[in-house]
Amino acid sequence: MTAATPRTMFEKIWGRHAVVQRDDGQALLYIDRHLIHDGSRRAFELLGERNLRVRRPDRTFGTPDHYVSTTSRDIAAVTDPDARLMVEAITKNAVAHQVTVFGLDDPRQGIIHVVGPEQGLSQPGMTLVAGDSHTSTHGAMGALAFGIGASEVGHVLATQTLWQKKPKTMRISVEGNLGPGVTAKDVILAIIAKISAAGAVGHVIEYAGSAIRGLSVEGRLTVCNMSVEASARAGMVAPDDTTIAYMEGRPYAPKGAHWEAAVKLWRALPSDPGARFDREVTLDAAAIMPMVTWGTSPEDAVAITGRIPDPAAHPDAEKRAAMVKALDYMGLKPGTALDTVLVDRVFIGSCTNSRIEDLRLAAGIVKGRKVAASVQAMVVPGSGLVKREAEAEGLDRIFKDAGFEWREAGCSMCVGMNGDLVDAGQRCASTSNRNFQGRQGRGARTHLVSPTMAAAAAVTGHFTDVRALLSH
Amino acid sequence: MEPFARLDVIAAPMPVPNVDTDQIIPARFLRKSRKDGFGQYLFHDLRYDETGRERATFVLNQPAYRGARVLVAERNFGCGSSREHAVYALWDHGFRAVIAPSFGDIFYGNSFKNGFLPIVLPTEQVAALRTAIEAEPGAHVVVDLAQQQVTGPDGATYRFEIDSFRRDLLLRGIDELDFTLSHRADIEGFERRLGVETPWV
Repeated sequence: MTAATPRTMFEKIWGRHAVVQRDDGQALLYIDRHLIHDGSRRAFELLGERNLRVRRPDRTFGTPDHYVSTTSRDIAAVTDPDARLMVEAITKNAVAHQVTVFGLDDPRQGIIHVVGPEQGLSQPGMTLVAGDSHTSTHGAMGALAFGIGASEVGHVLATQTLWQKKPKTMRISVEGNLGPGVTAKDVILAIIAKISAAGAVGHVIEYAGSAIRGLSVEGRLTVCNMSVEASARAGMVAPDDTTIAYMEGRPYAPKGAHWEAAVKLWRALPSDPGARFDREVTLDAAAIMPMVTWGTSPEDAVAITGRIPDPAAHPDAEKRAAMVKALDYMGLKPGTALDTVLVDRVFIGSCTNSRIEDLRLAAGIVKGRKVAASVQAMVVPGSGLVKREAEAEGLDRIFKDAGFEWREAGCSMCVGMNGDLVDAGQRCASTSNRNFQGRQGRGARTHLVSPTMAAAAAVTGHFTDVRALLSH
Repeated sequence: MEPFARLDVIAAPMPVPNVDTDQIIPARFLRKSRKDGFGQYLFHDLRYDETGRERATFVLNQPAYRGARVLVAERNFGCGSSREHAVYALWDHGFRAVIAPSFGDIFYGNSFKNGFLPIVLPTEQVAALRTAIEAEPGAHVVVDLAQQQVTGPDGATYRFEIDSFRRDLLLRGIDELDFTLSHRADIEGFERRLGVETPWV
């Protein structure tokens, strides 16, 4: 490749990390940062079976998140013995392999995809992986970040590398200004609704355009988080002043002379003008509304002003059948106005929407209002530090006074592995990332929304256009 | 890992797009040990009702498909969560390959690590294969990885593309990690360079 060939940010990062490039297209990719969690037990077993050590404990960081209780930091609160084994295993393995883990007794514990950026562990230009599909989150820092399976986690622990075939590239540009009450979550739901849940298979997405540039790092993390819901390999946003200001002073961010060198490298990362992407998609920011999902795939998203769609009107036979099944599971009828649908539960949390900005936005809607009598609502901050910050700002009081439960950090009701579940038949307005059948509990009906839309549903008892509550 | 052999087995149709790994194995079973097997949890909440009884309508509960070893699915099969247990559950239940127009990336990668073959064919060909299977429930398909070819019960053949690197590892039953460890010197050299370029990481 000549110096004159314009390159995408993805190509720059990929090119800098290829240890071996085979003629058949496979590359052995070096991994700068490996994040682990309490689901990583199997990978350490694989290592043990071969008597291998962690090659680079200094590049590996972890925290328990999936199985932890959100009612207490006491391990005894994890009552299921199998779940407790998972939480205990990460600390045990960390000690055995000299890996840094932020345990339950550490305020830095939290959801790994909140902790990584918060600690400055996730940095521009890096290759970053974790045994969790939502690792795409970290791409918001300008990194190439993607989720891997247990065998690959074992492979990275042992070799600090992964065999990868170069994915294709897709640029999604969101141009213009977002309307009041429209958030990063609405942007990504609108994108997935447009390109479909399979729309980015085999691609790395670069999010661009003035609306993306205008988002905070927290907002960009939300967008990149759900890249995998469009089946993208990864999602990324070019580092800019916003990214660099966010990085500065974080515990694991480079310091002193290293900081200067790092910033220089990061400034050179954005895609060159004229760089070619395999696909280009454009959205008009002004046309994006507050979104709600109605079905069991993240692509089933519509504006709050809309109605439940009619399967009969869909051109694709398989999708038609899937829609009928989804509506049956969700207990919804075509043509129903979304803002008449009642909710039983509200969950504000998950690696998608549990950062301080999310909690501030939700609290802004909740302040001075009460959770509807028929609704059970909870807030689960993304990390111990987010929780502390929110408490210092008095956000916990706003939520608690309104009738929300205020919990300890963890994945919680996004995936329900710790026992925080939605009952069968109950309808949940959730700020998480997946409305899959049974995701929040067997028979649970999940609707994905932004933190402010979740707050609006909590205080009114049904899905509500949050824009009507903004002037309050 | 055992080498991937030619398959001449029953295929089951699953014409549902976006079958996510939460459907393949619900999250509550992930804490179980690999030693005990995950086959019993495959498609658990689709296969069984709330009382634990089999749902007669679910494809794998139909007598003709109980012994199926290949699944003929729809686009974006295995999307969602990275849980490798989705592959363990398919494998432990007896499946050896899934055919679909596209796959979730992580599921696709996880498959090869476990000797399991994900086959990508164009949408129309997958639909034609499913139609042939449904016309003759319990009929066999042949999957020949070395020839990169699937043969339907009606004799129709479909050639599929696959990465030669992954195909060779599967056919020879070579574990990827062992292969990578043979590149140790390359990795060490790379790390020395990286230590100079980005010493802050």
